[in-house]
Amino acid sequence: MKLKYNNRQKFEPILPDHIEWPVVKMSKNRDAFIKEVADSTFQYIKKIRPNSSLLIQELETTRHLEKLRLQKEPWEVDPDDEVAFWQKVKSELMEISGKSETGNKEDEILQRILHRYASEIAGNFKPSYYQFTRKVVTFGFARLLNASQSRLFSGLFKGDRTLRDKIRIRGYTDEIRELAKKGTIVMVPTHFSNLDSILIGWVIHELGLPPFIYGAGLNLFNMSLFAYFMNSVGAYKVDRRKKNHIYLETLKAYSNLAIQKGSHSLFFPGGTRSRSGKIEKKLKLGLLGTALDAQRSVLKENPDKKIFIVPVVLNYNFVLEAPSLINQYLERKGQERYYIDTDNYTSSYKIVKFLFKFFTKPAEISVTIGHAMDLFGNYVDGEGNSIGKLGQRIEPKDYFVKNDSISVDKQRDEEYTRLLSQRIIQEFHKFNEVLPSHIVAFVAYLLFRKQFVDLDLYSFLRLPEDELTLDFKLFKENVSSVAQVLHELESKDKILLAPEFEKPLDELVNIGLNNLGMYHAKRPLLLNEEGEVITQDLNLLYFYHNRLVGYNLDHYV
Amino acid sequence: MSEKPIGVIGAGSFGTTVANLLAENSQVIIYARSKELLDQMRTKGTSRDYLLHKNVTPIDTLEELATRADIIFPVVSSSGFRSMMKDVAPYLYPYHTLIHGTKGLDVLLPEGTSMDDPDVIINRDNVKTMSEVILEESAVVKVGCLAGPNLAREIANKHPAATVVASRFDSVIADGQKLLRNDRFQVYGNKDLIGIELTGVLKNIIAIASGALSGLGYGENARALLVSRGMVEMIHLGKALGGNTEAFIGLAGIGDLIATCSSNLSRNFTVGYRLAKGESLTEIIGSMQEVAEGINTIRIINSFAKYYQFRAPITEKLHQVLFGEATMEEALQYLMKIPLNVDIDFL
Repeated sequence: MKLKYNNRQKFEPILPDHIEWPVVKMSKNRDAFIKEVADSTFQYIKKIRPNSSLLIQELETTRHLEKLRLQKEPWEVDPDDEVAFWQKVKSELMEISGKSETGNKEDEILQRILHRYASEIAGNFKPSYYQFTRKVVTFGFARLLNASQSRLFSGLFKGDRTLRDKIRIRGYTDEIRELAKKGTIVMVPTHFSNLDSILIGWVIHELGLPPFIYGAGLNLFNMSLFAYFMNSVGAYKVDRRKKNHIYLETLKAYSNLAIQKGSHSLFFPGGTRSRSGKIEKKLKLGLLGTALDAQRSVLKENPDKKIFIVPVVLNYNFVLEAPSLINQYLERKGQERYYIDTDNYTSSYKIVKFLFKFFTKPAEISVTIGHAMDLFGNYVDGEGNSIGKLGQRIEPKDYFVKNDSISVDKQRDEEYTRLLSQRIIQEFHKFNEVLPSHIVAFVAYLLFRKQFVDLDLYSFLRLPEDELTLDFKLFKENVSSVAQVLHELESKDKILLAPEFEKPLDELVNIGLNNLGMYHAKRPLLLNEEGEVITQDLNLLYFYHNRLVGYNLDHYV
Repeated sequence: MSEKPIGVIGAGSFGTTVANLLAENSQVIIYARSKELLDQMRTKGTSRDYLLHKNVTPIDTLEELATRADIIFPVVSSSGFRSMMKDVAPYLYPYHTLIHGTKGLDVLLPEGTSMDDPDVIINRDNVKTMSEVILEESAVVKVGCLAGPNLAREIANKHPAATVVASRFDSVIADGQKLLRNDRFQVYGNKDLIGIELTGVLKNIIAIASGALSGLGYGENARALLVSRGMVEMIHLGKALGGNTEAFIGLAGIGDLIATCSSNLSRNFTVGYRLAKGESLTEIIGSMQEVAEGINTIRIINSFAKYYQFRAPITEKLHQVLFGEATMEEALQYLMKIPLNVDIDFL
């Protein structure tokens, strides 16, 4: 099946009046919502730590972890009273620990911590900010695009090229619009770049959908440019440094309750950007689980209130962070040395520089909107009904039913979440669009690798780049045979191909070579003066090659 | 106990045994494909030569079974399992729980090809355990299996025994335990569903070899050698198919292996015994009432090992014997010569 593109299609907003946006409704009642999140987490923690001494232990652990975090990883965005807050918790805990009569002081401390966490997590959505950011993005980028095309300053103010020419959207676009009116969407994209969140924000708007909420890493708020974007598109804050139980439960409660209230949500289910460049093989189950919890909770009240999972696959010819991502991957995997988190997104300046490059040179990004599923991995039809393997109608409620009523069973739901994560990974592979740059990277890498089969991966990657050359004709033949296999896979709905795959082989190869990682200082692939294929950075080539790992294509090269 | 009856599909000796065990705690409805067998159960109160518990009621259709029962135990041979699932699938929903008791594998081959084709490809993409068949063919997700040393005749004679219920779902294990447990029957739980299924499947290979040893007149030293080396082969194969070592050293692994390798109540043991006595496979199969799963398992695992290029000497040699390429004596001599000087290399 060929999934259609929507290059010029204009989508009208499904909810023109932003008063009706779930995210607006939620931020209007921000204080009440924070209280609800804190209260619900409180109930849960009390249930699993049923007596005073267990709860005090939990609080002690939390305080200890927070102290360590403050010492080891202080950040600019941390509130000024952070140290004082935990100091106070410490002295209060000292007062009550070991005492038989605590006067429920520990409950009060827990509530205070929960309220602090919930307020920190909660986003601060302002429709006016949102509209403004939207305009800046659209106008600014469009101007950049047109300027680059005409190469004249006057181009800044005319021309009709838009982001839509840069970013190709294909897939189940009408379906997601329909389902967003009927239920709550949880969008789960692949994750390669910090740019993803902005890109997805743009896509959501372009499809006429109201803003989604999403958990953005608190570290992004360290940078003013990102902070501005994040605050305007319904982001809530996720602090990856905080790994304590109480914080994680608050975070889950936030996501769960927001989905229950009908806020369309966005998770990057891989957790962080794919370091290797591969499609995610394993997903984080925590946030995904909150969608399942939310579905179970709303079904109790209303069997028709549904949540839909929509996988989205992003593909780039160029990933700005690729050099640092792949190095981190190799370091971790090779366990050569301690992993240090460095990033190319260290300053707003660098991002702007990148954006300028991006919008002034031709390098498409592809976005595939996948087929919506229920929380159990069944596809849903246009009406939002779950459809089973035999084409039969399936009631989501039936997954939770025990002795004719909906039951709570944590372990069962964890298993469902795991099954869902496997389905999402399958869908990622299916809706992955192969760009010309990916196939050339894949083939060239394997041909280089074949010349040194006796070396292990790390020794191979350490080879000096100038030892590696490929005969262009051999290279092209192999691209051709892999392309043929990819066409077959596409006909079986196992992958998608970019439109350039319809072009003659020479053109496909040229486009691929020209676009692959084109802004990197060292190019992953080039032709030398003799017309041979060479690489300036083998690690980067490996990174881009990884995009096609997982389809059993190796033995076609 | 439970108000809804418990369903059993298949009334072979093990199906009947499971139904009788369940009937001590619940009302049970049982479906069999054979109309004659259903009639026999109704009129005589027996299934094959087993007495049927009074709480077991035969029913005529899978539709009725799936509509009335939320928890179902399919116990049919692996060769009929997928088509049985296709028949019952239209009536199954996600609230159903299926706990099967079939110790065999399913192979899905492309249209028009068979296991006899010399270049047939058998790999993990087309070899499936029964729980995987259930997931593939129906909307059911809560799946489990029964495995362990459960010789039907001994259970019918009310001798003490135990079994393992394996599932990734705690609730399925709990259901299985609640439904099956009684004074003489203990039920253990295990989360490694695939591993436990494989123990039951792979031990049948070794059971055939063990029967052959007895048929050749050898004693317990030889059997102990076979069982322990067989265990190693099972573990290597089991890991390749997606199970964990732990499953193999429990009741469903070593426990079941000991039972089937020592008892002439086991069909697989009997197959090996008669082969060693010089009967042909066709003769043996022709005279058996029910399927010995081990024969099919040997064929599948032999091709499977070939595809992944690893050694499974016991399976390979038995395969040659089954299909007339070697005699049992030759096979045994060969096995004695393999330089297996490492005792334990899987932990």
